[in-house]
Amino acid sequence: MLTFGPDQFYFLLQGLKWTLLLSAISFVGGGVIGLLVALARTSGIGALQGITRGYIAVFQGTPLLMQLFVIFYGVALLDVSTDPWMAVALAFTAHASAFLGDIWRGSIEAVPRGQTQAARALGLGYIARMRDIVLPQALKISLPATIGFLVQLIKGTSLAAIVGFVELARAGQIISNLIFQPLLVFGIVGLIYFAVCWPLSLLGDRAERMLAAGSR
Amino acid sequence: MYQLDFTVVIERFPELLVGAAATLGLATAGILLALVIGVLGAAMRQSRYLLSRVVVRAFVELIRNTPFLVQIFFLFFALPFAGVRLSPTTTAIIALAINGGAYSIEIIRGGIESIHRGQTEAGLALGLSRIDVFRFVVLRPALRAIYPALTSQFILLTLTSSVCASIAAFELTSVAQKVEADTFRSFEVYFTITGIYLALSWMMMTLFGVIGRRAFSYPTA
Repeated sequence: MLTFGPDQFYFLLQGLKWTLLLSAISFVGGGVIGLLVALARTSGIGALQGITRGYIAVFQGTPLLMQLFVIFYGVALLDVSTDPWMAVALAFTAHASAFLGDIWRGSIEAVPRGQTQAARALGLGYIARMRDIVLPQALKISLPATIGFLVQLIKGTSLAAIVGFVELARAGQIISNLIFQPLLVFGIVGLIYFAVCWPLSLLGDRAERMLAAGSR
Repeated sequence: MYQLDFTVVIERFPELLVGAAATLGLATAGILLALVIGVLGAAMRQSRYLLSRVVVRAFVELIRNTPFLVQIFFLFFALPFAGVRLSPTTTAIIALAINGGAYSIEIIRGGIESIHRGQTEAGLALGLSRIDVFRFVVLRPALRAIYPALTSQFILLTLTSSVCASIAAFELTSVAQKVEADTFRSFEVYFTITGIYLALSWMMMTLFGVIGRRAFSYPTA
């Protein structure tokens, strides 16, 4: 009978590679779209604000698993041949864009209004005002929540296992079915997730303390 | 070109509503137990014994930094290993309670720490009894401070309960999986129950909003 050895551990690490890749793609892709969502949400243009408000509300009010299912099976219905992995990445990207969009909306609104007014008075246009005045300050304010969401996203990618994508959690299921030691395998899988997420959580806590100290 | 067909979903809609009710039941049980874990954990977190503080801290960090899916799988296999035989649905409730409990501990701890010591001293100096000081000076303002965070955590826990389908617990997602297996209408089924989940979370948001306004609408400043 097989036991848990270096080969099995290596297989889990292969899964971890896909977990990290999926998280990175969704975080970066979701970040780009999320920035547009945040800007639209704070644009002052009624229609744009309404649409992005609805977009955010739908993603925040439904389970991540359902977002994954609907996008995964929805993409499959389109007459385009795509890799299942593209559909999974698309689902997590959309999820991340809504959550990051809302976090950054909050941060943009938290930048004191006087900053925008002063920039306006100096004759800066929208782009310069956002790029040079508002967004750099908003970024600092958003740091703890953004890091917190990254941890949620990494953990969330484990749901890709349910549609058969072999990342860390699915790799754990495969090994567990092979060697019949679920406690050992899922214990190790949990510890690997912990080793990735905990340092990020600590970093997030630190960012929060620094922000609190700075605003005093 | 694929033709969308929602007729099968409409035919099986009563089943889906039963699933939605099961999700609410599962989530409510999980939330209530999570609240108990949250209060006990937050109390232990304030304890003067180092061991109790360290144990709670480790529990919170471990749960917050691992996926719910892995937690529920671990529990699903760990309980029988420990000689405890429970149905998947009961296992799911325990998993939700543990996960929600860890987040609640942190939220409740934050609330308790937000009450300045001077408030308690002022209450005592005004001649309030210790119990009244706890009820009116510590507990109520602390509850009010944490209410929004705690209730959003509860809504999140309800949405997370969809993952319990992976151990075949009885709730909305697992009912939907059964309908999907019978009809092969994956997109239509999941699109519909996504709408049901959205309705559930809006219902909870409204309910928590009403309760919050009734319980905490008293002047502060």
